[in-house]
Amino acid sequence: MGAGSWRLYVAVAAGGFRRYATYRVATAAGVFTNTVFGLILVYTYLALWDEKPQLGGYDQAQATTYVWLGQALLAALAIGGGGMENELMERIRTGDIAVDLYRPADLQLRWLAEDVGRALFQLLGRGVVPFVFGALFFPVALPSRVSVWAAFLLAVALAMLVGFALRYLVALSAFWLLDGTGVAQMAWIAGLFGSGMLLPLNVFPGAFGEVVRVLPWSALLQGPADVLLGEADPVGVFAFQAAWAVVLLGAGRLVQSAATRRVVVQGG
Amino acid sequence: MAETAHVTGAADEADPAGGISWEPRRGRLGEGLRAYGLIAGMWIRSTMAYRTSFLLTAFGNFAMTALDFVAILLMFSRVDALGGWSLPEVAFLYGLSGVSFGLADLAIGSMERLGQRVRDGTLDTLLVRPVPVLAQVAGDRFGLRRLGRVAQGLLVLGYALVVLDVDWTVAKVLLVPVALLSGAGIFCAVFVAAGAFQFAAQDASEVANAFTYGGTTMLQYPPAVFALDLVRGATFVVPLAFVNWLPAGYVLDRPYPLDLPGWVAFTPPLAAAACCALAGLAWRAGLRSYRSTGS
Repeated sequence: MGAGSWRLYVAVAAGGFRRYATYRVATAAGVFTNTVFGLILVYTYLALWDEKPQLGGYDQAQATTYVWLGQALLAALAIGGGGMENELMERIRTGDIAVDLYRPADLQLRWLAEDVGRALFQLLGRGVVPFVFGALFFPVALPSRVSVWAAFLLAVALAMLVGFALRYLVALSAFWLLDGTGVAQMAWIAGLFGSGMLLPLNVFPGAFGEVVRVLPWSALLQGPADVLLGEADPVGVFAFQAAWAVVLLGAGRLVQSAATRRVVVQGG
Repeated sequence: MAETAHVTGAADEADPAGGISWEPRRGRLGEGLRAYGLIAGMWIRSTMAYRTSFLLTAFGNFAMTALDFVAILLMFSRVDALGGWSLPEVAFLYGLSGVSFGLADLAIGSMERLGQRVRDGTLDTLLVRPVPVLAQVAGDRFGLRRLGRVAQGLLVLGYALVVLDVDWTVAKVLLVPVALLSGAGIFCAVFVAAGAFQFAAQDASEVANAFTYGGTTMLQYPPAVFALDLVRGATFVVPLAFVNWLPAGYVLDRPYPLDLPGWVAFTPPLAAAACCALAGLAWRAGLRSYRSTGS
């Protein structure tokens, strides 16, 4: 890929960032809602860890940190929906996708760039405030070393890749189903459950927990959280995330080429 | 409601659309409810044109809602009590809150879309029709799939009622349906108030989620779990405690974290009436302040 095409994708990403940055009131509303949810969840977690200190290997401060981290990453990683998948599905349903396929840019990379722009804005615009609120008013366990923070940010970046790759596959299902609402809904449920958004995966009982931990969704929240909380070897987490990113992005490519070869675009 | 709409539907089409002859016998409330029934009935008929899609989305709604209870089950797979409450007791809280919220969400959950209508100017269309705007907005895109949420709440409530060891008295038995209906009323009031707020801040519809979805999430857990200030807020400011915390506390014989007299457990209907009245006033104020985008 030449320098020129890199510039194109950076421009698309910047566009994605600006597009979401336009809606300031909506962003403030989102920050408020994430903070309220964090507030509610944090007390349920505190009660849980009161009953069983050291549950899942976390102490209370780590559990609190986990709650606020989840609220900070929820919108950025579009775990419960809200990413590019709805728009892409709509373009496939209406047939607008034909225009996209004619553009001199790679379909997957262009949507990835758009989604990364969105995710970066939502991380900064919607994630930081609830996290800082939580850190100010609740006992949290934050690392003091810069290297841990850097590793955490890398894990978040890889989580964005995995999250996009999953949602891209979900959106492409619309080529065959036309209405992908049901698939998208199932994917959100899997995401909320498998990422650890519902409850940290290390709290899940026994073998069930171990199965959930190797699924790709655990790369979204559980991975970055364990890096930030110092509960996992960062290199192992990176490798896990990168492996799933490669597999899922590759699967996305395959499905994409199958779709564009075999599927008749909706006209009208 | 679908049945009524079906039966009366044909006759209504013959009604003159002008506001002058709009059935003066009925009160404004009756008129609004009737219009709401017709709109909801229309959407139900349209939903039923795609039965498979309806079943799938209703199931999706059910599964999405069930996640919250799965989280509670996972918690109880590791502990025996949460804030001193056992699993059946928490399930009772969850069921009451889930069904109340589900009924409200089914009835007027579409209010969320009001901000969108204000933004794109389509609210103007609703203003010129001789039907209360609230009835039109509430019935708009009536989502029968939300029965999935109600069904999930009923299932958990049923489980709780079967396994709970309660000395049932007449008062306790009666309090359960009263709490469910009052709770639905309280959540409806929250939806309407949130709708009124959207006239002022159109893009901020997500704020409502903090009180609706956030509220029902909070009510799924025992009040003893939360900080006293949060409990005070949920009792005196946005009186969500009347949905289930107070009545369930009476049924299960559990003390409430705040020092309230025992008869308060029987006041959910009053709380619901007060909330609906206030929400109605807020709605009027919001509607009066509406300025069309003009596009």
